[in-house]
Amino acid sequence: MDLLIALLLIVVKSLALLVVGLVLIAYYILLDRKVWAAVQLRRGPNVVGPWGVLQSFADMFKFLFKEPIIPDGANKGVFLIAPFLTATLALAAWAVIPVNDGWAVANLNVGILYIFAISSLGVYGIIMGGWASNSKYPFLAALRSAAQMVSYEVSIGFVIITVLLCAGSLNLNDIVRAQDTRWGLLGWYWLPLFPMFVIFFVSALAETNRPPFDLVEAESELVAGFMVEYSASQYLLFMLGEYVAIVTMCSLITVLFFGGWLPPVNVAPFTLVPGVVWFVLKVTWFFFLFAMVKAFVPRYRYDQLMRLGWKVFLPLSLTAVVVVAGVLEFLGKVAQ
Amino acid sequence: MQLVSSAKALLLKEFVDAFFLSFRYLLKPKATLNYPHEKNPQSPRYRGEHALRRYPNGEERCIACKLCEAICPAQAITIEAAPRGNDGTRRTTRYDIDMTKCIYCGFCQEACPVDAIVEGPNSEFATETREELFFDKQRLLDNGAVWEREIARNLAADAPYR
Repeated sequence: MDLLIALLLIVVKSLALLVVGLVLIAYYILLDRKVWAAVQLRRGPNVVGPWGVLQSFADMFKFLFKEPIIPDGANKGVFLIAPFLTATLALAAWAVIPVNDGWAVANLNVGILYIFAISSLGVYGIIMGGWASNSKYPFLAALRSAAQMVSYEVSIGFVIITVLLCAGSLNLNDIVRAQDTRWGLLGWYWLPLFPMFVIFFVSALAETNRPPFDLVEAESELVAGFMVEYSASQYLLFMLGEYVAIVTMCSLITVLFFGGWLPPVNVAPFTLVPGVVWFVLKVTWFFFLFAMVKAFVPRYRYDQLMRLGWKVFLPLSLTAVVVVAGVLEFLGKVAQ
Repeated sequence: MQLVSSAKALLLKEFVDAFFLSFRYLLKPKATLNYPHEKNPQSPRYRGEHALRRYPNGEERCIACKLCEAICPAQAITIEAAPRGNDGTRRTTRYDIDMTKCIYCGFCQEACPVDAIVEGPNSEFATETREELFFDKQRLLDNGAVWEREIARNLAADAPYR
């Protein structure tokens, strides 16, 4: 009986997170398009509903009612599984993200490893989609994308290690709590680990195939990369997975470097605001940064992308792991 | 010097500058029109959808001289002519414009000695099928009836410059 209640509780929690999260994502997509448009002095979507607030839902219905086209030569099973894999894996990463103190569907002790593993698996969706299409361009794009995601995961891994050294825990909840000092905003890890924060942000852009690293689907050159053969709801699932991954990355930045649900200043009016609000505000801010970067940074060439990943970020983050570990040892603050 | 530039690169100076620049643009008024609700001012010389005009007494202006057909660089106009039954005047029995061929150069309007064929101010005549863009005489005369007021105003406004 207890088991049943616990199980039911998990299902309810997951559903609540999914519903709220997906609606939030619909508006993040709108925000993305609006910001991009505004920087280019355009209006952006403004026809469906007042100020275009229903645009994402209209798009969703359009995708759902379109005919899914499966190429003749495609491996049908893999072709159809790939988008589901991408979307579900991206959503699964949300399970361990604490939106408030203890508010996570699964408060894993190895939360950060879990996220890392799940987001690495995301590459499989792309490779499967590209390969199963049985078409040259999706296949090549899938290879590029896989190479890109794997390269940047390496430096992301080392950046996360520096945070783990400071926090002394793999539990996301504990990582946020470790940032809870009386200094408020200044006690969060972005200040002592500032270069790591920058590397993590840029790597997150590359990891989620966002501009300026969107070589996978460079609209002006490659049509849609590995998604060339996809249409209708399969395409929708890929796009959903992509945006979910972006929001996951934004929340990961928030948790690791910007104190999760903690208020920026530890005084009365700020501490009274519920933690969820702070968390969503911070994630929105990072999503806004992602959208702005898309608007003003020109796309990188593929060799520049690889150079940045392997020759700049990897040595920098490796050095940082050594330096951070050394400093912590010197100060005698190594977490036991 | 190299130290300064590498410091700039490390601190992402260019990117931070670009962020603030594009943030200023983000807050600027929009350059685009809210199209179906807002439209640009239009010149009286605007060359839009074609129309065949009539005289105020209802007589059609076209005398089937076929100058427009001759000058049309896209060969979009097809005219057949015959004496009209009741008074024996020379009239068109067929006046077709293939709007998918038309390049909107306005030569037909320039060539016409009686201001019969004109390009009106209307540019919103998109259709769902290709066939609907093969305009016949009736369609062109109907256009003339609908747009006569605007066409006459535009011709009058442009007359001093011709």
